[in-house]
Amino acid sequence: MTALRTMSEPALVEQGANPPPLPWRRMAWVTWRQHRTALIAVLAVLGALALCLWIVGVKLHHAYAAATACHPASSAACGAVVANFNAIGNFLSNGVVFLVLPPLIGAFVGAPILAREFEAGTFRYAWTQGFGRWRWTVAKLVALGAAVTAATGGLSVLASWYYQPYFASGRRSPALTTFNPLSPGVFVQRGVDFAAWTLAAFAIGALAGALIRRVVPAIVTTLAVGGLLAVATGGWLRMRYLTPLVTRGVNAPASARIVSQWGSRGGRVLFTGPPTFPIYQQYCPAQAGLGKFGGPTSSGNPLQCLVQHGFTLWTSYQPASRFWAFQWIEGGGLLALSVVLIAATVLVVRRRPA
Amino acid sequence: MNVIEATGLGKRYGSTQALRACSLAIPEGHVTALVGPNGAGKSTLLNLAVGLSAPSEGTLTVLGGRAPGSLAALDGIAFVAQDTPLYKHLSAGDMLHLTRNLNRCFDRAYAEARLAELGIPQKRKAGRLSGGQQAQLALTLALARRPRLLVLDEPVAMLDPIARHDFMASVLTAAVDDGVSVLLSSHVLAELERVADYLIVMSSGRIQVAGEVDDLLANHRVLTGPTAEACRYVERPVVQVGGGGAQAHLLVRATADTRSPRAGRRTRSASKSSPWPTCASPTPPRCPARSARAMTTRRR
Repeated sequence: MTALRTMSEPALVEQGANPPPLPWRRMAWVTWRQHRTALIAVLAVLGALALCLWIVGVKLHHAYAAATACHPASSAACGAVVANFNAIGNFLSNGVVFLVLPPLIGAFVGAPILAREFEAGTFRYAWTQGFGRWRWTVAKLVALGAAVTAATGGLSVLASWYYQPYFASGRRSPALTTFNPLSPGVFVQRGVDFAAWTLAAFAIGALAGALIRRVVPAIVTTLAVGGLLAVATGGWLRMRYLTPLVTRGVNAPASARIVSQWGSRGGRVLFTGPPTFPIYQQYCPAQAGLGKFGGPTSSGNPLQCLVQHGFTLWTSYQPASRFWAFQWIEGGGLLALSVVLIAATVLVVRRRPA
Repeated sequence: MNVIEATGLGKRYGSTQALRACSLAIPEGHVTALVGPNGAGKSTLLNLAVGLSAPSEGTLTVLGGRAPGSLAALDGIAFVAQDTPLYKHLSAGDMLHLTRNLNRCFDRAYAEARLAELGIPQKRKAGRLSGGQQAQLALTLALARRPRLLVLDEPVAMLDPIARHDFMASVLTAAVDDGVSVLLSSHVLAELERVADYLIVMSSGRIQVAGEVDDLLANHRVLTGPTAEACRYVERPVVQVGGGGAQAHLLVRATADTRSPRAGRRTRSASKSSPWPTCASPTPPRCPARSARAMTTRRR
């Protein structure tokens, strides 16, 4: 009997029925070794994006400083400086990259965690080791979820800095481009939204992998569910987080995001959106050919004509000042969803017979 | 202490009853063979024992009263699943490190020495090892955990005869040297008959026979004879009936008149491809390892 053998005898098992669980840090190397390819790929993509943002961002901030420092603002030289700033524009093509990345990260980092174990049969190895089955699952999901959330959160900080010139208040030329902070593409890039979407997509992927147990179908499901959720949220749900403000007329503040417009007459809503053709035909036949919330024409302003006929026009909108409220509502909701999905994944692993 | 103790154990997958009314107690210190045809419920029983699935009815405890799958049970049981699943893209050395991180006990020096002895390079990816080497790597990982019970599900089904022999020799060495209780399943009895000293025979989700090989050999006979005469044995405790056509095989509990061959009927060892236990040979061949094992007095 060597000393080594003596040491390795399971003395703890002999002593009591409940040995202390193995420390969580044991899973650190395990998780890194098994998922380092996916993590490095994610970091490489995010790193490349960060590099672009940094290079263009420095240029953008210099151009912005030049544009705001220029006097007098109406001179031709200043016009060129402003044009230079505006030309840099939103090179991320309205945040499509930020909308697409979370489902991709969920599909390629989250979905394979359990699906690959089931597909290769290696769960029979992993879940019969001393670390324990549900603790193994918790350790992996929490570590990987935190890693992708932190990485995307870091990129969001950089993106928030990048967009600063577009939202800076104070003395600035009206000719400088502005963005609507609540527009879907810009909203996801700043604040906590990008990180929250990544975590949610990761959790969707993990649960899909646990339920479907095949890598490719789990990836496809994650992309589909994550994409649909993002589209539904951006296109419909987000504008309903708080009751929209309503103003008479068609002109909401420039930075606000318009939710809907409608016209009423005598207390009854007669149309929503742009005035309909039959409305024009009935009340303002001269403008019937124009449609839309158009400007004044040779035959007069069509909306003005409707107002003259007793119509009241309404606009409901979300003011730009609600940006952070919306960020926390959406971020908190997605965080809660992620916690529920990850808890469900752990339950599935714990309960479902292998 | 019983390494596995089951009472009225049953497992249902949907409408399929994979295991039913299974009661057994396997004492510590045995090499136990779990044999039966495919679909007999062997893997189901082993998965229940290692805690990968939960029973639908009845109770099951391992290592003297512990719940399967509990941390205490996981610590003491090493499992090598069917087809020895390994992470194919990890190297053998990484698999060692992985297993070391996931377990309280891991004898790294032993594992490394054993891989060197087997000629398995630590740098090679598990997926590029031969089938026999993969099985040996999985066994090494399991043994290095210094388990009290080693559970092997169809460990040699995919191996060629030489790899089979080497693998079983490794298992027996561990059983003899370290006193590890072993529970292994197979649908081919031939690969187990020389190593096991405790036998469990299963078919259609039930345990047909369970006991020490020596006792079973003393008390059971396989009778082979014309089918027309098989009914003459129906009043005896027949364990299993099989065969087709003109020949019938009966596995019966031995009584005075079946112990000695009679005219027109003979007792014999069942053929090795038979799905039934070979219990008829009065003096089964004993491999040296088993004799050595008996001398260590670890056996009961």
